[in-house]
Amino acid sequence: MAKKILTTPIKAEDLEDIRIGDVIYLTGHITTCRDVAHRRLIEGGRELPVDVNGGAILHAGPIIRPLGNDKYEMVSVGPTTSMRMEKFEKEFIKHTGVKLIVGKGGMGKETMEGCKIYKALHCVFPAGCAVIAAKCVEEIESANWKDLGMPETLWTCRVHELGPLIVSIDANGNNLFEKNKVIFNERKEKVSEEICKEVRFIK
Amino acid sequence: MSNQQAVEKMTDIIARFLDYSGKVLPDDVTKKLEELRDAETGELAKSIYETMFKNQELAKELNRPSCQDTGAIQFFVKCGTKFPLIGELETLLKEAVIRATKRAPLRHNSVETFDEYNTGLNVGKDIPSVFWEIVPDCDTCEIDTYMAGGGCTLPGRAMVLMPGAGYEGVVNFVLDIMTSYGPNACPPLLVGVGVGTSIEVASLQSKKALMRPLGEHNPNERAAKLERLLEDGINKIGLGPQGMIGNSSVMGVHVENSARHPSVIGVAVNVGCWSHRKGHIIFDKDLNYTITSHKGVELYG
Repeated sequence: MAKKILTTPIKAEDLEDIRIGDVIYLTGHITTCRDVAHRRLIEGGRELPVDVNGGAILHAGPIIRPLGNDKYEMVSVGPTTSMRMEKFEKEFIKHTGVKLIVGKGGMGKETMEGCKIYKALHCVFPAGCAVIAAKCVEEIESANWKDLGMPETLWTCRVHELGPLIVSIDANGNNLFEKNKVIFNERKEKVSEEICKEVRFIK
Repeated sequence: MSNQQAVEKMTDIIARFLDYSGKVLPDDVTKKLEELRDAETGELAKSIYETMFKNQELAKELNRPSCQDTGAIQFFVKCGTKFPLIGELETLLKEAVIRATKRAPLRHNSVETFDEYNTGLNVGKDIPSVFWEIVPDCDTCEIDTYMAGGGCTLPGRAMVLMPGAGYEGVVNFVLDIMTSYGPNACPPLLVGVGVGTSIEVASLQSKKALMRPLGEHNPNERAAKLERLLEDGINKIGLGPQGMIGNSSVMGVHVENSARHPSVIGVAVNVGCWSHRKGHIIFDKDLNYTITSHKGVELYG
């Protein structure tokens, strides 16, 4: 099967045929954006210093090596827990027009709604695989809000075929993790019953 | 060797070891991950394992931290009362973290609370965390190092159950965390469980449980039985790598325990992610060292 590659700027129609569980790749630009940046935009009312309309954000705090003259090398970069941004993400999508959110683990109801209404995707990059992701970064083109420190700075990267990105929420609002959780919880009930019979140590 | 030279020597060794342990997983973790990978049958799960192993190869080859979250550094120290640098140890561990941060490089993961700024050095007030055990009539120093990640092991859970809940309550406490928090904590996980008299006792036990070599069991027969039951049970839930469904969920379940007040059962859970970057190093009084977690490592190669 041919590799499905999204290229920024991404249009709503580019996402039409993409479903949860699909594996895609990204070529173009992606900006790291996590806890405090979301808070500044949504709660603080400060405009994001990077235009991500039709673009992509990465919930990540990378390891960067400064090269001097405002140039930086991407040493290791991988996703952080997306659920921490759940509180802000729907508004974030609405406000910025971002089309692709890459992170780790699932996101919740609000983000599902945001993806459905404003046409966006949430994808998972395999967490802990930070050297593979760093190798997909051709150049760090800009660094904004550096006052937040290395992990929280907005690093805008030019990437080539960043992936594998596993689609966890599609533009119809379907959610892979929520689907999986139903299965996990069903299995858990049975497992609990089996184990509890064996551990009645207090008699 | 003067005291100053000794401090310098030990600082340098620990800095190098921390740097290395962020790039290469310990032997027991690698072996377990290989087993779990080989037992996977689903296409997506297999391809995720493939990506994980390729990442570890690249990290070693390119000399880069394999995961960008190199954690808040934690040390679990078992220090003999006669170890010559017992008094200098805490200061030199902090210095070793600063050096490893530049050398590796590690991510800056120390934010001062209330003042809310990143120190940029990876150290701060009580970071690195140092947990002490003092051993009488002993002149060696044993250290477990751990890169404690913000998405797996730092958001642990603890609570105090009523005895009426029994060990059944402990089981359900652990299982609920596995299906709620587990998929996001980078499975396959190593699950540390503490069972004791209060949340702080159980919490520390659950963290220390993560330092135990994989495959070893609690010496108490019933505790060991609980470990096996939980391991099999959580594997049946089938979180798979990254929570994407698979034939297993965990690398192991380690239970540590202490006695309890009759009115309570304290329980805590701390999980390690698949990229479980722990290290174990033992120093003798002359600072000769043995690394047991990573066979064949050359810190001065």
